Amino acid sequence: MLDAIGVASIDDLFTDVPEAARLDGLIDLPTKQGELQVERALSAMASRNIAASQAPFFVGAGAYKHHIPSTVDHLIQRSEFLTAYTPYQPEISQGTLQTLFEFQTQVALLTGMDVANASMYDGSTACAEAVMMAARVTRRNKAVMAGSVHPHYVEASQTLAKYSDVSISVTDAAPADLDAVIAEIDDTTACVVIQTPDIFGRLHDLREVSRIAHEKGALVIAVFTEAVSLGLVEAPGNMGADIAVGEGQSIGVGLNFGGPYVGLFACKNDRRFIRQMPGRLAGETIDADGRRGYVLTLSTREQHIRRDKATSNICTNAGLCSLAWTIHMTLLGEKGLTTLARLNHETACELADALGSIPGVEVVNDSFFNEFTLLLPKNADQVVNELAHVGVLGGVPASRLYPGRFENYLIVAATETNTPEDIAVFAKALAGVL
Amino acid sequence: MTTRYTEDHEWITVDGDIATVGITAYAAGQLGDVVFVELPEVGKSLSKGDEFAVVESVKAASEVYAPVDGEITAINDALEGEPAKVNEDATGEGWFVKIKLADASQLDGLMDEAAYTAHTA
Amino acid sequence: MGMNTQGRPTRMAGNIAPDNLATGGYADTISGSRGLDQAEALIFERGAMDRCGVDLPEPKGLKTRLGGQERKGEIGLPGLAEPETMRHYVRLSRKNYAIDLGLYPLGSCTMKHNPRLNEKVARMPGFADVHPLQPASTVQGAYQLMGELSHWLMTLTNMPAVALSPKAGAHGEFCGMMAIRARLDADGESNRRRVLVPESAHGTNPATAVQCGFTVDEIPADKTGRVDMEAFKAKLGDDVAGIMLTNPNTCGLFERDIREIADLIHEAGGYFYCDGANFNAIVGRVRPGDLGVDAMHINLHKTFSTPHGGGGPGSGPTVLSEALAPYAPVPYVVENGKGGWELVEHMDDAEGDPFGRMAAFHGQMGMFTRALTYMMSHGSDGLKQVAEDAVLNANYIQARLSHVMTAAFEGTCMHEALFDDRFLKDTGVTTLDFAKAMIDEGYHPMTMYFPLVVHGAMLIEPTETESMSGLDRFIDVLEALATAAKEGDTDRFLAAPVHAPTKRLDETRAARQPVLRWTAPTDTVEAAE
Repeated sequence: MLDAIGVASIDDLFTDVPEAARLDGLIDLPTKQGELQVERALSAMASRNIAASQAPFFVGAGAYKHHIPSTVDHLIQRSEFLTAYTPYQPEISQGTLQTLFEFQTQVALLTGMDVANASMYDGSTACAEAVMMAARVTRRNKAVMAGSVHPHYVEASQTLAKYSDVSISVTDAAPADLDAVIAEIDDTTACVVIQTPDIFGRLHDLREVSRIAHEKGALVIAVFTEAVSLGLVEAPGNMGADIAVGEGQSIGVGLNFGGPYVGLFACKNDRRFIRQMPGRLAGETIDADGRRGYVLTLSTREQHIRRDKATSNICTNAGLCSLAWTIHMTLLGEKGLTTLARLNHETACELADALGSIPGVEVVNDSFFNEFTLLLPKNADQVVNELAHVGVLGGVPASRLYPGRFENYLIVAATETNTPEDIAVFAKALAGVL
Repeated sequence: MTTRYTEDHEWITVDGDIATVGITAYAAGQLGDVVFVELPEVGKSLSKGDEFAVVESVKAASEVYAPVDGEITAINDALEGEPAKVNEDATGEGWFVKIKLADASQLDGLMDEAAYTAHTA
Repeated sequence: MGMNTQGRPTRMAGNIAPDNLATGGYADTISGSRGLDQAEALIFERGAMDRCGVDLPEPKGLKTRLGGQERKGEIGLPGLAEPETMRHYVRLSRKNYAIDLGLYPLGSCTMKHNPRLNEKVARMPGFADVHPLQPASTVQGAYQLMGELSHWLMTLTNMPAVALSPKAGAHGEFCGMMAIRARLDADGESNRRRVLVPESAHGTNPATAVQCGFTVDEIPADKTGRVDMEAFKAKLGDDVAGIMLTNPNTCGLFERDIREIADLIHEAGGYFYCDGANFNAIVGRVRPGDLGVDAMHINLHKTFSTPHGGGGPGSGPTVLSEALAPYAPVPYVVENGKGGWELVEHMDDAEGDPFGRMAAFHGQMGMFTRALTYMMSHGSDGLKQVAEDAVLNANYIQARLSHVMTAAFEGTCMHEALFDDRFLKDTGVTTLDFAKAMIDEGYHPMTMYFPLVVHGAMLIEPTETESMSGLDRFIDVLEALATAAKEGDTDRFLAAPVHAPTKRLDETRAARQPVLRWTAPTDTVEAAE
C-alpha cells in the first residue's frame, strides 16, 4: 500500500503535523486487551451500581423504570438499523425514513398535535429549543417558565438562551396552580412553558392559561417528562398548547443512567411553525416510478445549508432511541398504551395510600399520574440515603433539584414494574427510617 | 420600462415610482427547484443592500437583497402556494415585491441586460 | 442574492409516472413485492386500535386521582401483534444500507465497524438499568466509569478538563463556544464577538457561533485547501473572540500552520476552538493539547465506534484548556478522596464558574460505556494504529484513483480523500449521478457536495476497519464507473439507482407540499399545508 501511495513509511503521511507535536512513543494509557479482560473490568464497574431491577425502585423525576418488551431491543440491534448513518441517501435508507415518518405520526397523535419532528437529544433540549422557536415565531423575546417545570429543563433552556436576546423568567415552584404564570403574561411574552404532570407530579389544566396567552399573542409550550401519562391524561394539543415537548424515554428506552434518551417535539399545523421547527423532518414523496417513499425534507432550516442562519445548530436526532420508541409504541397500540397508563396510575394510587398512611407522612398532591410528592417529618435526602442502606431506592429528594429548598419533600414514582410486595417493603422501610 | 440587474442576481423593473423586484432566471436555475420564498411585510422600508427575502430550493437557500432604497408596497402572495413560479417565470409571475422608490437615480448604478448577460457568462 | 450553496437536481427530469402507486409497492406484481424486496405499508395502514403486542394485566378499575384531567376521545394509535411487529420492522430494516453490509465511505462521518462487545457492556444491568438520580452510594460504578472515560479523553488529547454532558458533536461545539464566551465575559472582553470560521467548515460551526451570540467571519482557503494565512492574519483584531477550525480539516488535510494559527489567535486575545470531528485521523499519534487548542469536542460516535443508529444518538464530550476549564458546565464527577466518586451537579457547588447546564442529567451514559469499552480494547497502541490505518487507507484510495478521478488538492491526505468533479466535465454526469450509480454497485456513496469549497465534492473516508482487499474491490468499481462516465455511458448514471429499494425520490415535491405525517384517507392528505 505504501508503494502505491509512493511513500516509504506511515510516518511520511504525518509530515504535515508540526514536528513538536509528533509523538514518538505511546500515550501513557494501558495497551490493548482482549474481550474477556475488558468485559471483566467493566463488569466489575457495573457491579458497583445497584440496578433498578435489583431493588424496590421508586425513582422518577424525569426518567422512569418501565418494562421494555424483548422485541424492542432485538429489533434495534438489527445491523441495518444499528449501523446505518443519517438517511442522506434515501434510496437505500427507506427503513430509517419510513420508521421516522411513523414515529412523527405517533408523536403527533400522542400529543394531540398536527406534526412532530424526527426527535431531539432529550426532553430538556427539546424544551430549550421550543422556547427559542417560540421567540422566532412570535418575534418576541420574553419567555415565562413555570417553576414546577423540571429544574434541569429550566436550566437547559436558560443555557441555550443565555447569549441570545431571549430572557426567561421563572415563577416560584411551590404553588399548585398556574396563577403566577398567568400574571406574568403580557403583550411582549413570546411563550409560557408549563409542565404537566409537573416535577412534583401535579396535573395541570392548560385551557385557561392557553386562552389568556393566546389573547396576548403568546404561544403555549407544554412539557411532559413521562410520556406514558398521555395514555390516560388529556393531551396538550387538546388543551390549547401550540408546541408540546417532552421526554420519550419511558417508551422503549431504558434508564441508561440519564442518556441516551429521546426528545419529543410536536407542534400545531401552521406553516410559520413548521419552518421554524428545529431538527430533522421526514416527509412523504414519490420516486421516479411514482412509488411512495420518504426523504428528509425542509432541510433548508438546518445548519448544513443555512449555516449561521439556521434555526438551530442541531445535526443529529436520537435515531436509534426514536426507533425503539416507535417499536414499543407499535407493540402497545391504543389498547396497550391506555392499559399501561392506567396500570401506572393505579400502582401510584396504591403507593400513595400505603405511604400516606404512615404517621407523619403527607401526600402533597391533589392530583397525580404515576408520581407524587411526600412531605416527610425529616430531611428527605437523609431518608433516601437511609432507604438505600436497607435496599430500597425510594425516590428523589426535591432538594436535589431545588438546592436549599423543599428539604423535607420526597418525589416518588410508581410504574407497572412495582409489585404489591415492593410497595409493602417501601412502606415498611420508610416507616422504619422516620 | 427597462429592466435593470444587480450583481447579486436581482432584477428590477420600474413603472412610474413603483419598482417590481425578483430574482433572475439564471439565479433560479442555479438554485434548482424553488420550494419556498419568505417575503417581507408590506410597509417595510428598505435600504439598498438590505436582506428582504429568502428563497429556498431543496438543497440551497439564499438571501435576496434590495437593489434600491424604498418601501414595500406589495408582495407576491401567490408564491406561498406556488413557489415553482420562480423557476417557471422568474421575471414575470415569479416577482417577489413591489417597492416605492426613494431615489430613482440609484437605478443608474445597476446593470442593463447586456451587462448582466456578460456578468453571468 | 447571496448563495450559501448551489442547488442540485432534486427531482427526475422528464415525465414522472402518475402517483398511482400510493403504497410504495411495485406495479408488476400482484402483491407489490418482488421476491425478497417486500412492500411494507405503514403501521397506520396495517394495525388496529385493539391489537396489542404486549402482555399487560387488566387494570383494577380504581377511582382515578387525575383531578379531572382524563384524556377524552381516541388517541388514534394502531397496534400490531408481536409477530406482525417483528415482520414490519425486519422488512423495513432490509431497505437500509449499513456498515455491517459494506463499505460506508461517508467523509467526515467515520463509519467504522461497531464492535459488539460495546453493545454487550452497555446492556449490563449495572449500566443500562440505573437511574441518574439514584443516591450516590448506589451508583459508584457509574461515576467511576465517567471518571475513567474522562481520564482517557484528557490523556489522549493532553487537555486538563473535559465536559461529558454534551449529547452530540454540535452540542459539544455549543459547550466549547459557551465556555469561550463565558471566559471572555468574565474578563470584561465584551467587544470580542467575531468568530473566524473557514469556508470549508461544517455548517454546525457557524450555527453554533451564532447561538452563542457571536458573529461569523469566514476565512477563505488557500490553494492547498488549508486556511489562507494572509487572509487569517488580516482578520485578527481586538474584536475577535476566536477561531473554529476543524483539524484535520474537512478537505481531509492537516492544517500545517496550526501552531502558528493557535499562537496568533492567542496573541490577538482570542481562543481556539477545534472541531474534533476528524480526530480519528490523529488519535494516539497527535494530542490536540500540544497544538494550542482551547476547546475541542470529540464525537464518541465517530472516533470511538459507538453506533450511528440511523442518525443518533451521538455523544460529544468536550475537552477544555486551563483557561476555559473553570467555565465547564455542570454536572461532572470528582473523586471524593475517600476512594469513591461524587457528582457536582449544582452551579453553587462547583469550584469554578460553570456557564450552566446543557441538558437534564449527566450525559449519554450509554455511549460512554461503549466508548470506554472500545478504548480499553484498543489501548494506547491500538488507538495509534487506528489513526495510522485510517490515514493509510485513505491515501491508498486517493493514490489509486487519482488517474481516473480528480483529487481536489495535491499531496497526501489524512483520513479522507477529497475529489472534485473535474473528471466528469462534459460527460453529462454530475456528482449526484455518480453517487447514485455507486448505489447500484452495492456501495453507499461518499459524502457529496461537501465541503463547499470544492466543486461537486466527493469526500471518501474509508476508516481503518476496511481490509486492503475490500478497498481494492471498491477502487475497481469506482475506476470502472469513472471510465464509463468518460466513455459516454451516461444512461447508467442518469437512471441510477435502478437496483435500490426505490428509484430516485422527488425531494422537490416533498418540500413544496410537505406531508410530514400519515393522516386517515378520509382526511385531507396534505397535513402540513
